[in-house]
Amino acid sequence: MTTTRTIGRRRTTPPAEPVPRRRPRYGERPGLAYLFLSPWVLGALLLTVGPMAASLYLSFTDYDLFTTPDWIGLANYRALFGDDPRFFAAVWVTVKYVLLSTPLKLVAALAVAMLLNRVSRTQGFYRSAFYAPSLLGASVAVALVWRVIFDERGVVDESLSVLGVHTGGWVSNPRYSLLVLVALAVWQFGAPMVIFLAGLKQIPQEYYDASAVDGAGPWRTFRSITLPMLSPVIFFNLVLETIHAFQAFTGAFVVSGGRGGPVDSTLFYTLYLYQKGFTEFRMGYASAMAWVLVIVVAIITAVLFRTARLWVFYAGEESR
Amino acid sequence: MKRLLWHVLCVALLAALLYPVAWLVAASFKPANEILSSLALLPRKALLGNYGEVFRGMAGVSVWRFLGNSLLVSVGSVIGNVASCALAAYAFSWMRFRLRGPLFAFMIATIMLPIHVLLIPQFTIFQRLDLVDTVWPLILPKLLATDAFFIFLIVQFMRGLPKELGDAARIDGCGPVRTFAHVVLPLSRPALVTTAIFTFIWSWNDFLSQLIYLNTPENYTLPLALRLFIDQTSETSYGAMMAMSVLTLLPIALFFFAFQRLLVEGVATTGLSG
Repeated sequence: MTTTRTIGRRRTTPPAEPVPRRRPRYGERPGLAYLFLSPWVLGALLLTVGPMAASLYLSFTDYDLFTTPDWIGLANYRALFGDDPRFFAAVWVTVKYVLLSTPLKLVAALAVAMLLNRVSRTQGFYRSAFYAPSLLGASVAVALVWRVIFDERGVVDESLSVLGVHTGGWVSNPRYSLLVLVALAVWQFGAPMVIFLAGLKQIPQEYYDASAVDGAGPWRTFRSITLPMLSPVIFFNLVLETIHAFQAFTGAFVVSGGRGGPVDSTLFYTLYLYQKGFTEFRMGYASAMAWVLVIVVAIITAVLFRTARLWVFYAGEESR
Repeated sequence: MKRLLWHVLCVALLAALLYPVAWLVAASFKPANEILSSLALLPRKALLGNYGEVFRGMAGVSVWRFLGNSLLVSVGSVIGNVASCALAAYAFSWMRFRLRGPLFAFMIATIMLPIHVLLIPQFTIFQRLDLVDTVWPLILPKLLATDAFFIFLIVQFMRGLPKELGDAARIDGCGPVRTFAHVVLPLSRPALVTTAIFTFIWSWNDFLSQLIYLNTPENYTLPLALRLFIDQTSETSYGAMMAMSVLTLLPIALFFFAFQRLLVEGVATTGLSG
């Protein structure tokens, strides 16, 4: 703190440290910058970089938290891919969940954003209201509601029965249980919708005017103007939502009572990881699972960025 | 006419979307046998009994205790996040130092990192420190700005502040620290408030880390207490379960009504998702 005050009072005279003759320009005091950064640097080293290295190491060990880790080489990974049917069940459930929930959520988000994207005094109200589920949906409370609503003789079951469809409760039926969680994810389309709305506002009105002059209908306008102009935002939302979907946990835990059932039909990857690590205390195994997750998410992100060149259009860039 | 149709459509969609929430609130006033299958929102006879049952406590622990624990975690997280992220963001946006580029890139990369890969070593660390089953493992990381997302949010905001303000402050004799304290920080209030609200709501809703770190009922937060119901769902406890769900969502609802503009703007400008 004392150094600071000195600088403050000295005004135009250079600070006492041996610096080049040139008066240091504003903010050119690296030491001070690192002081501001120090909490973050400490956290990054102790709670991010260190643990990453540690979990990589642990993934090659047998570790139960209480005894020292035992180096077992690739055994965890071999067990994962060799003889763990539940691992494959978890992967399959998660992939299905990502492939169902992400596109549905984004389509709902875009559709409602298109609906709201018009000049109106009430737009702000609707925007906030549609966003509300995104804040509530991550909670245990809402997941519990889902569990009860979709349970046998619950609201959904009863209303479908009135229509003559008897499903007998989605939560306890392995064919439908995953859909309960997909519905919970899609329900929270508000956040990407808000981002879409911000993107839609950036599209210059002249483009729409021009397309109206050319006699394009609404569908053609959507295909030729809205979609390409919005593609960077679509891409952004797609990447973000995909990464998030891979890590979904709370909903599956609450709806299945922590078990991932019935018959492992809601055994999300993260839920299985939790079970291995924190109920069976097979920490080495769980670490291997975590690294598989990181690598898969990284690969998928990379692939998405690759494909982006084919369909994401950045205004101002020459057409390809 | 077209306008009216638009409003009708919006309201209808909204009603369908918010139905589960309305259903929950209604169910919290219903007797247990009416909850499960009843589509109707209005209970035949409104009861406060469910709330009474909640306030009698669970597993021998008062609900106020759970509420207090949740508040402690959330408020601690807010203070930690706002302080540490604002400091880091100021360095990234207003100061120049050699490693700024690489460190910034690294910071962005950590936003995308699945936390599961850190969970086990972090747990080991906190276990060695004998801090498991306290709130520290939930608050300490925030004091060290591990929610890099919020650094990014504040950086974006601070970058937008006119640099002339910094020049003016310097001419008036302010060094970087005083420029931070007297110029940049006060002007960044919207970003800091957004950070505070999102941190509060996220840590209030957070489940995984609380599940891992807190394991005696006295230390449970509201989500964990609610989870106790999962293991003992007999239909008779549905009423209390719903009442308690309403209570846990109440603070989020209040924050939403008070700050909805800031929240939605925060999402729109930074693309954070819930």
